[in-house]
Amino acid sequence: MTARIVLVVAALTLQEAARRKVLRALAVLTLALLALSAWGFANLISIEFEGGTFTTGELRLVASQVLNLVMFGLSLIAALGTAFLAGPTLAGEIESGIALSVMARPIRRSTVLLGKWLGLVVFGGGFVTVAGLAQFVIVWSTVDYWPPRPVIGLALLAAQTAVLLTLGLLLSTAVSPMASGVVAVGLFGATWIAGVVGGVGHGLGNESLAQVGTVSQVLLPTDGLWRGAMHAFQDSSALAEFGGPAMQGGFPFLSRAPLTAAYLTWTGFWIALVLGLAALAFRRRDL
Amino acid sequence: MTRDTAARPGAPLLDADVQALASPAPAVWCSGLRKQYRRRTAVDGVSFTVGRGEIVGLLGPNGAGKTTVIKILLGLVRPDAGDVLLLGRPARDPRSRVRVGYLPELFRYQPWLTPAEVLALHVRLAGVEVPVGERRECLAAVGLADRAGDRVGGFSKGMQQRLGLAVALVARPEFVVLDEPTSALDPIGRADVRDLLLALREREVAVLLNSHLIGEVERVCDRVVILDKGRVAASGTLAELLGGRELRLRLGEVNAEAEARLAAAGPLTRSGDLFTVALPAAPDSTTVPDLVAGLVGLGVRVHAVEPGRISLEERLLDILRAEGGDRR
Ligand SMILES: Nc1ncnc2c1ncn2[C@@H]1O[C@H](COP(=O)(O)OP(=O)(O)OP(=O)(O)O)[C@@H](O)[C@H]1O
Ligand SMILES: [Mg+2]
Repeated sequence: MTARIVLVVAALTLQEAARRKVLRALAVLTLALLALSAWGFANLISIEFEGGTFTTGELRLVASQVLNLVMFGLSLIAALGTAFLAGPTLAGEIESGIALSVMARPIRRSTVLLGKWLGLVVFGGGFVTVAGLAQFVIVWSTVDYWPPRPVIGLALLAAQTAVLLTLGLLLSTAVSPMASGVVAVGLFGATWIAGVVGGVGHGLGNESLAQVGTVSQVLLPTDGLWRGAMHAFQDSSALAEFGGPAMQGGFPFLSRAPLTAAYLTWTGFWIALVLGLAALAFRRRDL
Repeated sequence: MTRDTAARPGAPLLDADVQALASPAPAVWCSGLRKQYRRRTAVDGVSFTVGRGEIVGLLGPNGAGKTTVIKILLGLVRPDAGDVLLLGRPARDPRSRVRVGYLPELFRYQPWLTPAEVLALHVRLAGVEVPVGERRECLAAVGLADRAGDRVGGFSKGMQQRLGLAVALVARPEFVVLDEPTSALDPIGRADVRDLLLALREREVAVLLNSHLIGEVERVCDRVVILDKGRVAASGTLAELLGGRELRLRLGEVNAEAEARLAAAGPLTRSGDLFTVALPAAPDSTTVPDLVAGLVGLGVRVHAVEPGRISLEERLLDILRAEGGDRR
């Protein structure tokens, strides 16, 4: 019974995403980014400097970096898209009154919340997978580079979107639809910057600076997952050979280490916790 | 299940209401509802019952707490105190709403869906099997048959309210709550709603109707509950509330004796040559002719005699003014 309602609401959420303008905006942004990256990668091979082109190893390192850069763009689009879907879908329905007739049905609020969450996760995951695969194909056809662990990387990116939209749902039970989207994206950006600061800290051997990154990655796991995803996309052998200095400086589009199981467990726990809080807040809310 | 909760021995919650013990359980039973928004008390100790198949009007001025009471009944707002039984089940249990239909005061439906899809969604959420044909009939009943395939986002306000009515009625409810169902409707739509309500009565579906159109309430409701400032100011059947009939007479040359004769028939008010006598609830058939004959006998010139029924509107205004006077 409950599971059936979860699926009904999830399907409705997907239908909403598909029929609203968000999807068109996402598609346009994504296509623009993919086209731009295709053009960039096509030029990459022919770049000449100091009289020669890149060696294969160098090319792989640069390709890793640029791929990560473009994937960051994609994850940003996914984050923006889902955060701005997650907010309106709950807070917007409460504000407009759509929630009144829906919640007067024999269903629990937590069921509706879970359904919306599931729908958004599927949407975000689907977007990341399709756009990511398209990007891999572009890189492969232009510079003949295929990331070493594409499935893990994409799964981590999808998890990152899930984290952000869960946060968006929690925020949308408390504040207005627009505000929840803005705050979620703002926090996403802040953790990313904190992650970069932490990376620089590592590079300089400054413990307290490095801590900034670690703490923020625990508080909001988006950046940690993103770094795990980068690690799965980059060519580690090329990195070991040529990447020393880049790694030392904490370059934002290369990652030092894969994710630990503990961190993944924490992420799962974090999502469950935030979703539980959102359910609690939603249940207490007067419509 | 219904009987279990209704007949739980010694439950203080149910002792107060004998009707709750009778089977089947009433459509809704609520007791001592209280709700405060910040420092403002919106609902203050409201209790009433809507029996099966009964149409009850919920009346009161703006801000009286009608919508808040309705939202508490449907579990949309958490009361600070009080109990609600919906179709025999505590309202905390979502399953109590399986056979309940609701048209909110603020009616909005997913703008990206078509009316047919909105109905399909609500049927699915209600967990009831309703064939496509019946859903289409439901849309036709509210006059939306030819718009079934358009997006709701492009609907006018009145069309959205019509869709709301269809949503309230589609899942074969046994109890329907309508919060100002005609606020956006044209005159024909209002007449349609009246017909819908009468059809619901035929099918013994209970209705709680909140409306500012008193004529509408008077025509279809069996009972009314009047709220004022969050409290029940009055409630009862229309006959109880409107019990008195009145007689309006335009008279000339009225002397003291004639005035005494009039006052003997019932409480008398006079303005110029217009006399109004409030008659008892069930006057016998000779009261009026006897009175007129008596007056003529006393030399009074009788210009006009017209029976009048106290309208619900007048009664409502009386009650609310009296309430206002009490508080001041
Ligand atoms: N969400 C809310 N937040 C704060 N106060 C509220 C809220 N909803 C209702 N109120 C207050 O509760 C009181 C009752 O409001 P309610 O909407 O129940 O009135 P109503 O009888 O339905 O009035 P109307 O005839 O205008 O629809 C009002 O004083 C209103 O200001
Ligand atoms: Mg109201």
